[in-house]
Amino acid sequence: MMLCLGSVGLVLLALTVQNGHGAPDSAGWNGKDTTERNYYTRYHNMTEISDWMEKMKRENPDVVSSMVYGQTYEERNITLLKIGLRSTKRKKAIWMDCGIHAREWIAPAFCQYFVKEILQGYKTDTKVKEMMKNLDFYVTPVLNVDGYIYSWLNDSTRLWRKSRSPGPVGCTCYGTDLNRNFYANWGTVGVSTNCCEETYCGTKALSESEARAVTDMLGKMSGDILAFLTIHSYSQLILVPYGHPNISAPNYNELMEVGLGAAKAIKAVHGMDYTVGTSPDIIYPNSGSSCDYARLIGIPLSFTFELRDQGEYGFKLPEDQIQPACEEAYAGVQHIITYAHDKAFYSSAATVTTTLWTTVMTAWVFSATFL
Amino acid sequence: METGELNPNYYPARRAAAVVQHYLNTRYGSPYRWMFLGNVHNASSEDVTEGRKYQLELTIQEMISNVSGPCSAELLFPGAGTPQVQASCDWLLPNNTRAQEEAFYQQHRDSHNLVSGDRIPDSYGHMEPTMKPFWHLGGVASSFIMLEQSNQSTLYNMAQVANFTQLETEKDQLRFQYHVLLHEMVSQEIIHWKMLITWSPAEGVKVLQTDLQPKCNCEDPPDSIN
Repeated sequence: MMLCLGSVGLVLLALTVQNGHGAPDSAGWNGKDTTERNYYTRYHNMTEISDWMEKMKRENPDVVSSMVYGQTYEERNITLLKIGLRSTKRKKAIWMDCGIHAREWIAPAFCQYFVKEILQGYKTDTKVKEMMKNLDFYVTPVLNVDGYIYSWLNDSTRLWRKSRSPGPVGCTCYGTDLNRNFYANWGTVGVSTNCCEETYCGTKALSESEARAVTDMLGKMSGDILAFLTIHSYSQLILVPYGHPNISAPNYNELMEVGLGAAKAIKAVHGMDYTVGTSPDIIYPNSGSSCDYARLIGIPLSFTFELRDQGEYGFKLPEDQIQPACEEAYAGVQHIITYAHDKAFYSSAATVTTTLWTTVMTAWVFSATFL
Repeated sequence: METGELNPNYYPARRAAAVVQHYLNTRYGSPYRWMFLGNVHNASSEDVTEGRKYQLELTIQEMISNVSGPCSAELLFPGAGTPQVQASCDWLLPNNTRAQEEAFYQQHRDSHNLVSGDRIPDSYGHMEPTMKPFWHLGGVASSFIMLEQSNQSTLYNMAQVANFTQLETEKDQLRFQYHVLLHEMVSQEIIHWKMLITWSPAEGVKVLQTDLQPKCNCEDPPDSIN
């Protein structure tokens, strides 16, 4: 009996190993590469990412909690990790989402890497610790859960981009481009009205539950969010609002300065060039993007990141590039977050200077009057 | 459309430069030589009677040897039809790839062991080392299609070699049937093409036939997984 079970066990083990990367039934943490360094250098399916989110909460209960803030079309949870030192006061926030486009696998990989880095960093790095104290990081590793799962089914679905909602009456195709579905100049430029096409913007703004979920969350938090970062691939770009060629963000100069600083930080890591600018300047005009919506509701620092590469592998970035791609992206994101944090918590430097001058002037006027 | 000096980082210059990349691959590409656009340094454009003309100074990267170098190019987007490119990249000499190409050619010339492959790269960006030259060859051959299909509103890359099959060698040319997936950046579409191609070190890559594959909208909703 024992021998028989042993053989069955061996067969099962062989099957598991043979399935290799992220087959839908592989349990991420029971596979061969359970070392942390190996984990963050591979792509993970949705089950593995969900398990990983639970693990982050379990291992860091004092700084990590999760929130389900919406449902996908196929009624799956859209979950974020909220990361920060607990406070009784209401805190400012940084928003990051990954995987709004299903095929851009390096994006969820980066969100996972980012979380890992700040959870390690805050214990040893005073700056990261300070930011964790003053801010909460709201990180959504996979926004387009349905699309992401679909892209893992087989080779023919790998390059899926959109949501998985069915098309309108009369159209047999599936999916809306979530990054054209937000209430931000919706349906004006850079979209398709053909439901079979990749930039189909939907029947109306916020037709997609995933876009509504983000919109609702941002609505609840908007006054508190210092920076909004949405992560994509590929092309190595840092895009600033707006996607419409005739509309400029009021703080365009600031956005460009911060974006160029981030690109410089990225280049310092592995020498990669990231181009900074608005979408209509750098790649193409577009409308209804999450980044545009964030800027429109008043989040001052809204950026879209397009990670590696520049077309050699495109969406199928090899796993041996995950680590360097994430390292450089982290440097870029950190530049923006640090700027956002310091502006909120140290532009008391500007306030202090103003207060000082006011005091001096008042004293002078006072003394002048009474002499 | 802007006329005169262009910002080299903005899309009009980048799209034109990508066309130069495709052109260089059709002229110089091989299983061991595949060019990609690096940076654009200078760009200008103007309307001419035949269409829109661009002048470009750019850096091209050869991906296998990892050597980069400068190129100057002039490119015309006609009202309709294939862009016309003239480019000079003095450093793009065939020297360093000759031995590898010759060895590869001899290895596959004998039609007893016809090679085939699929999903290059796979979903994780991985491919077997023996498949790499066929991936490069697919990329170079795709450049013929990408060059022909390019206009000022497109930016093409090859997303994947879906599959390839080696056919009998004919007239000293290796012959292959390829099915490639192209990614067009502006529309974000994935476009399927089949091609019949030949290659030899002497003749370079030639594309004999191309077949645009229809976009399949024939999907059933999948059963819920995960």
